[in-house]
Amino acid sequence: MTRRYPDEPAGTFPAPPRQVTDREGRSIQLRCADGTDRTALIEMYKQFDPADRAQGIPPARETAIERWLENILDTDRHNVVASHEGDLVGHATLVPDDDDGYELAIFVLSAYQGAGIGTELVETLLGHGQSEGIEQVWLTVERWNDPAIALYRKVGFETSNSERFEQEMAIRLA
Amino acid sequence: MHVLLGVGGSDLSYQALDETIERAREAGDEVTVAVFDGHETDAGGDEVQERVRERLDETGFEAEIRRLSGDPGSRLVDVAESEGFDRIVLGSGERSTLGKIQLGSIAEFVLLNAQTPVTLIR
Repeated sequence: MTRRYPDEPAGTFPAPPRQVTDREGRSIQLRCADGTDRTALIEMYKQFDPADRAQGIPPARETAIERWLENILDTDRHNVVASHEGDLVGHATLVPDDDDGYELAIFVLSAYQGAGIGTELVETLLGHGQSEGIEQVWLTVERWNDPAIALYRKVGFETSNSERFEQEMAIRLA
Repeated sequence: MHVLLGVGGSDLSYQALDETIERAREAGDEVTVAVFDGHETDAGGDEVQERVRERLDETGFEAEIRRLSGDPGSRLVDVAESEGFDRIVLGSGERSTLGKIQLGSIAEFVLLNAQTPVTLIR
C-alpha cells in the first residue's frame, strides 16, 4: 500500500532531552527511552485508564503489555518518554513500517492529559526523528477522537485518508 | 440458526472459518460460506474456495460454499437480508506494525449496514 504524505516538509522540531512546564505548572522532563526503561514503562501502562485505550493499545493485561513493549522497544524503533518527579507519565513511539515510513503513537496518563504534554511529546519525538534522518511519519486515530486529531493537526499532520473508522494522518519531516 | 460466513483469504478469515465450524457444531447451526476474492490478499477466489473446501473436508463439516462477485461488503449484506440469514460472521482487525487494530473496509461496511447481528472474529 502506498501512503500519501504532504509534499512540503514541516518545520524543525525540538530534539530531546528537554524540560518543559505544562499548563498545570508541573516540570516535565522529555528524553529518549530504550530497553532500560522497560520496567518503568510497564508500571506506567499498568496505571493506564482503560477508557483511554485506542484501537486495542496499550493492551490491558500485564503479559500483553510486556509482549507489546518488546516490539515497541526493539532496535530501529524510536521512543521518547515524559516524566514528572521521576515517574513516567507519557510515552511516544515511532515504529518502522515496511515502506520507508514510521508509524507514530502517543500515550499520556489521564492525570496528565489536557496540559499540553501530548503536544510536547509528539514534537520532541518528531525532533528526535529528524535528527535520526526519518522523513515520513504517519498515524491512525479514531475518527471521533477530536482532541487527538486537533493535536496532530496543530503539530503539522495532514489527513491522508478519512474514509475509514480510523482516520489516517501523515507528516513529512524532511 | 443460519449463519453467513464471509471468507476473503486473510488469515483472520480462515480463523473465522474454524471458529464458525466449531461453534456451529455445538449449536447445530447451518453455515453458508461466502467466498470473495481480490480484496484482502493476493489469493484469488479459486484459491480461497479450494482452501475452504479442504478445511471443511478435514473437519467433516458440511456447509454450502458460494462465490460472491462484486463489492464483498454490500453483497454480504444483500445476501443475508434477501435470503433470511440470522447472522453474518466475518474475520477482520489486522494489527499495524505498532499494534493498532484496524478494521478492514469490508468489515466496516458490514457492521454499519447489516440488518442482522454481526459477529466479528479478531
